[in-house]
Amino acid sequence: MAVAFGRVLRGIGLEVPVGATLTFAQALGCVGLASRTGVYWTGRATLVNRPEDIAGFDRAFAVFWERRPGSDDVVELPPEEVIIALDVPGGDEPVGPEGEVGVDAPVVTLRWSAREILRHRDFAVYTPAEFVEARRLMSDLRLASAQRPSRRRKRSRAHRGTPDLRRTVRRSMRAGGEPVERAFLSTGTRSRRLVLLLDVSGSMEPYARAFVRFLHAAIVSRSRVEAFALGTRLTRVTRELMSRDPDAAVRAAAARVADWSGGTRLGEGVRRFNDDWGIRGLARGAVVVIFSDGWDRGEPEVLAEQMARLARVAYRIVWVNPLKASPGYAPLAQGMAAALPYVDEFVEGHSLAALEELARVISQ
Amino acid sequence: MPDTVGEVSKGLADHEYLADEGLATSIFLALRLQRPLLLEGEAGVGKTEVAKVLARWTGGELVRLQCYEGIDASQAVYEWDYSRQLLHLRAVEASHEQVDEDELYSERFLVKRPLLRALAHDGAVPPVLLIDEIDRADDEFEAFLLEILSDWTISVPELGVVRAEVPPVVVLTSNRTRDVHDALKRRCLYHWIAHPDFERELAIVRLRAPEVPELLARDVAAAAEALRGLELYKPPGVAETIDWAAALATLGRARLDEAAVDATLGTILKYREDQERARAHGLAQLVRAAVARGA
Repeated sequence: MAVAFGRVLRGIGLEVPVGATLTFAQALGCVGLASRTGVYWTGRATLVNRPEDIAGFDRAFAVFWERRPGSDDVVELPPEEVIIALDVPGGDEPVGPEGEVGVDAPVVTLRWSAREILRHRDFAVYTPAEFVEARRLMSDLRLASAQRPSRRRKRSRAHRGTPDLRRTVRRSMRAGGEPVERAFLSTGTRSRRLVLLLDVSGSMEPYARAFVRFLHAAIVSRSRVEAFALGTRLTRVTRELMSRDPDAAVRAAAARVADWSGGTRLGEGVRRFNDDWGIRGLARGAVVVIFSDGWDRGEPEVLAEQMARLARVAYRIVWVNPLKASPGYAPLAQGMAAALPYVDEFVEGHSLAALEELARVISQ
Repeated sequence: MPDTVGEVSKGLADHEYLADEGLATSIFLALRLQRPLLLEGEAGVGKTEVAKVLARWTGGELVRLQCYEGIDASQAVYEWDYSRQLLHLRAVEASHEQVDEDELYSERFLVKRPLLRALAHDGAVPPVLLIDEIDRADDEFEAFLLEILSDWTISVPELGVVRAEVPPVVVLTSNRTRDVHDALKRRCLYHWIAHPDFERELAIVRLRAPEVPELLARDVAAAAEALRGLELYKPPGVAETIDWAAALATLGRARLDEAAVDATLGTILKYREDQERARAHGLAQLVRAAVARGA
């Protein structure tokens, strides 16, 4: 019975390791099956690992133990797979309400290879074949990161600094107890956390697909990365993007994000991030990268206030705007203008080359 | 060793900690199954208190390991007392004897840090090991900790293996500034401590701050609940509520009133923006609603 319940939980998306069902069964042995609340709390203690899973656990428990018909959404089929990679229209429509399509004038000189052309081509005008190629190139992106001094001391060959007493004493054994050779410690470095916030609203449509790939490359190639999708609400997609296979990762993330191609409320989204994650320390000392075109349905004051809050704790804020590269672009959109004073680096993101540049900026 | 969850609740309540059924069940299972207990929750909800109360209740010693970034084995498990070793070397040398390495690396020069103290404990009652704010430590330390929590042994190369006959009661706390590693979570029982509801918070305030008059305690609990609904940067925790009630009682108030709230707002709201938001919402309105609720 415990095993069956574990399977139900896995079916609705909770991660329940095998050992946990064993522990659950053991625990039931101690607590007994007499009281419903006893069983409920036993399950909570052994099968649930994160507060986000509590709601799903409640629903599953209601159905499973009571045999009570739950609400419609309890019997959940796995969400439909959204293949977001291949249906880029060949001759595309304009990107967003402002009707601008940022296109690099294709510089056709004999020196440039096809790959070079691809690197500078705007995502919005990709053909499906180009997209496949770009995905391959993007999975080769390796992201270094800004470093900061770590608190761990490590052995060093220096002859000055903090003494390493342990090694000094060991070495002194060679000299009969006399600390002739002295050893020292130095500080190491540690990479800063990287937080990626991706605007997935309708106006970002062609770019969002490419950026999700970038997010995946970032998560896979280094540690301490967190990724969120900003639309009408904030969704954390770090775990979904952790799979090595880019297609599976992107599919999982797309399935998780319910408000893909909806509207944007940037201010609200950043506020949610600040309240739920940033203030707990996720953004503290981190490099925060926001991928958005700045079109916001909410009030610009909210965005400004939240960006101010974020700027107070983050190490650097990088804003990636795919429209920046369009000729004649000026950040006049209200959301963009409100956020700009708090942004440390304002970069383009419309092409592969721009993303490579972004990777370089992040690593500074 | 308790036999039922009810015994746990009663035992904790006797020592001034009111646990809800979920927490009591988790603690009961942690004691019976001899597994570590991971408590997550926002700041101020009483995670560290659980370990302290458990120690008082079971009679075991409380061994506390405060985690921070960069903590490693030498601060957590053991360290050799190098200064004494060097002095000993000098003394031996001054008396022209031979240096004996075994003597140098003996129990005499071993500084036992919390983890080793918890495992090497030889009292009748197992100690309570509190590993506080595990989310501040880094991944390397977690991996190291996992090994110890699985085998309950520590090996000191120079001295041998230290094994705990009766594993200590282990409580880990985390503020969730980052996700604790899955492997460690799997080893532990997990409980998320949420803010208490009005009735429970009132009971806690009355228990922890008995000098506070009944009606004032009701008002304060109601006001704290209302403040949590205001979308603050840092919603007040139970600890802050208790402090606030005690502060108001010290000022001689019998009931909540606007002037008192205005003066003591810093006791319960620690961010300037939160205080502004509360004032914008209207302190008078807050007081009125709290008094109505609390009555």
